[in-house]
Amino acid sequence: MEERIVVAGFGGQGVMAIGQLLTYAGMIENRHVSWLPSYGPEMRGGTANCNVIVSDEAIGAPVIEEASAVIVMNKPSLDKFEDNVIKGGKLLINSSLIDKKAVRNDIDIYYIPANEIASELGNDRVANMVILGAYLEATKLVKEESVLEAFTKVFGENKAHLLPLNKEAIEKGMEAAKEQEKAMV
Amino acid sequence: MAKVLMKGNEAIGAAAIEAGCKYFFGYPITPQSELPEYMAREMPKINGVFLQAESEIAAINMVYGAAGAGARVMTSSSSPGISLKQEGISYIAGAELPCLIVNIMRGGPGLGSIQPSQTDYFQATRGGGNGDYRLVVLAPANVQELVDLIIEGFDIADQYRNPVMILGDGMIGQMMEPVEFKKPKKRELPEKDWATTGTKGKRKPNIINSLYLAAEELEEHNKRLQEKYKAIKENEVKVESYNIEDADIVVAAYGTTSRIAKTAISQLEKEGYKVGLIRPISLWPFPYEEFNKISDKCKGVLTIEMNTGQMVDDVKIAVNGRFPVYFYGRTGGMVPTPNEIAEKVKESMEVKSNGCSI
Repeated sequence: MEERIVVAGFGGQGVMAIGQLLTYAGMIENRHVSWLPSYGPEMRGGTANCNVIVSDEAIGAPVIEEASAVIVMNKPSLDKFEDNVIKGGKLLINSSLIDKKAVRNDIDIYYIPANEIASELGNDRVANMVILGAYLEATKLVKEESVLEAFTKVFGENKAHLLPLNKEAIEKGMEAAKEQEKAMV
Repeated sequence: MAKVLMKGNEAIGAAAIEAGCKYFFGYPITPQSELPEYMAREMPKINGVFLQAESEIAAINMVYGAAGAGARVMTSSSSPGISLKQEGISYIAGAELPCLIVNIMRGGPGLGSIQPSQTDYFQATRGGGNGDYRLVVLAPANVQELVDLIIEGFDIADQYRNPVMILGDGMIGQMMEPVEFKKPKKRELPEKDWATTGTKGKRKPNIINSLYLAAEELEEHNKRLQEKYKAIKENEVKVESYNIEDADIVVAAYGTTSRIAKTAISQLEKEGYKVGLIRPISLWPFPYEEFNKISDKCKGVLTIEMNTGQMVDDVKIAVNGRFPVYFYGRTGGMVPTPNEIAEKVKESMEVKSNGCSI
């Protein structure tokens, strides 16, 4: 089994962090993992993305052309990556900032109001964790506990006090994905 | 030690410190700047020295000095910065000093781009500076191998008193993968009795120099160097190969390109194709003999690089006319995709075998 995930959004939305948490969690669960960021002459407010692979076998190409899942946090990312999802794959859309609908009808699409849910939790900055939670619910790629274990590894021990808030954000995202799945049936 | 998830550039720094490197001299350049950043943070913690020089030329000459004094020392840069270091590298090779040089390649020529490439193969394997010298050039394909080769690279440098270059590209520098730090195979390393550590009035001064004004002496020096390079060729070839005894076509690729080729090969196998792979890990010394193991029924060798065809010359030497040699490359920072490579493999197999190659 190989999961190939593209996470994309504005710089500052935490898309690299989503990718690193998934990668670290995969490593904790003894899977093969790789994380590859887009890099270039980037600027604040520009788009950023990362390619994450979690696999049962050694990883070949770290670059993803055909993604089993794509998470988009802003509209330019939806325009850029919608076509990269394989047939039957999953597309998670931050519907707080993306007002348009996806065009594809051969994939599972989740509209998650990540920023709104994060604001309700009192911190807009955990929007990335909300959509990460929705992704975990949609794919069951790694356990929630593995992501929480990865949290202090990625962000450092001095961010451990933020763990309860981030856990709540992940779980709200999971609930939102469950609601969406009910609507899909 | 448990596995940790590290970015390639940071893993280089961690591996160097693990190998006992105490001195780093460099100058920032994308896509390897996380490495000096890591060294700036970590070197003071082990009482080592991180120094951001005023230029690449200064940095490589600081390496020359530290290596001459017997220290484990490293520098790093990316393509245009490595070009600036060539004079110093030639001096270090001439003076027979051990050091580690990291080149995280980007697109060229000139300032080029900051995206991944493999355009410095010629420069690294043929010697970018003047004179008949060689670097040991090692090309890792993943972050774990990068770590392993850095740690072993310091030992190789010390064993042969020769600079070792780690040749990676922007992708391996930027990506994160799990790594663990393992001890390399034990080598008998000679005492550094040539180092300029102070005579304390007890011996004649050691002199570190690459200048030999007497032609006879310089020729003798060159003969000694060639003897050393011969020993390196005999002992230090590193290569991975896959299914070359049974392949209808063999792909030759190194570094990150080789892992993309592996994905293409497993796709092709599902379609019933028999594709082998030769992945040189040491680019110098080049694993020429590995190509002799390719089965006679093979229809050709396809070289894939992120350049316009550099290793393909060595592949042709290795194949020595037994099979047609084909080439596919992307440049400018463009990275080939598995699908593109799979298509090229199929195209190469369809070429009517009349000995004509690309």
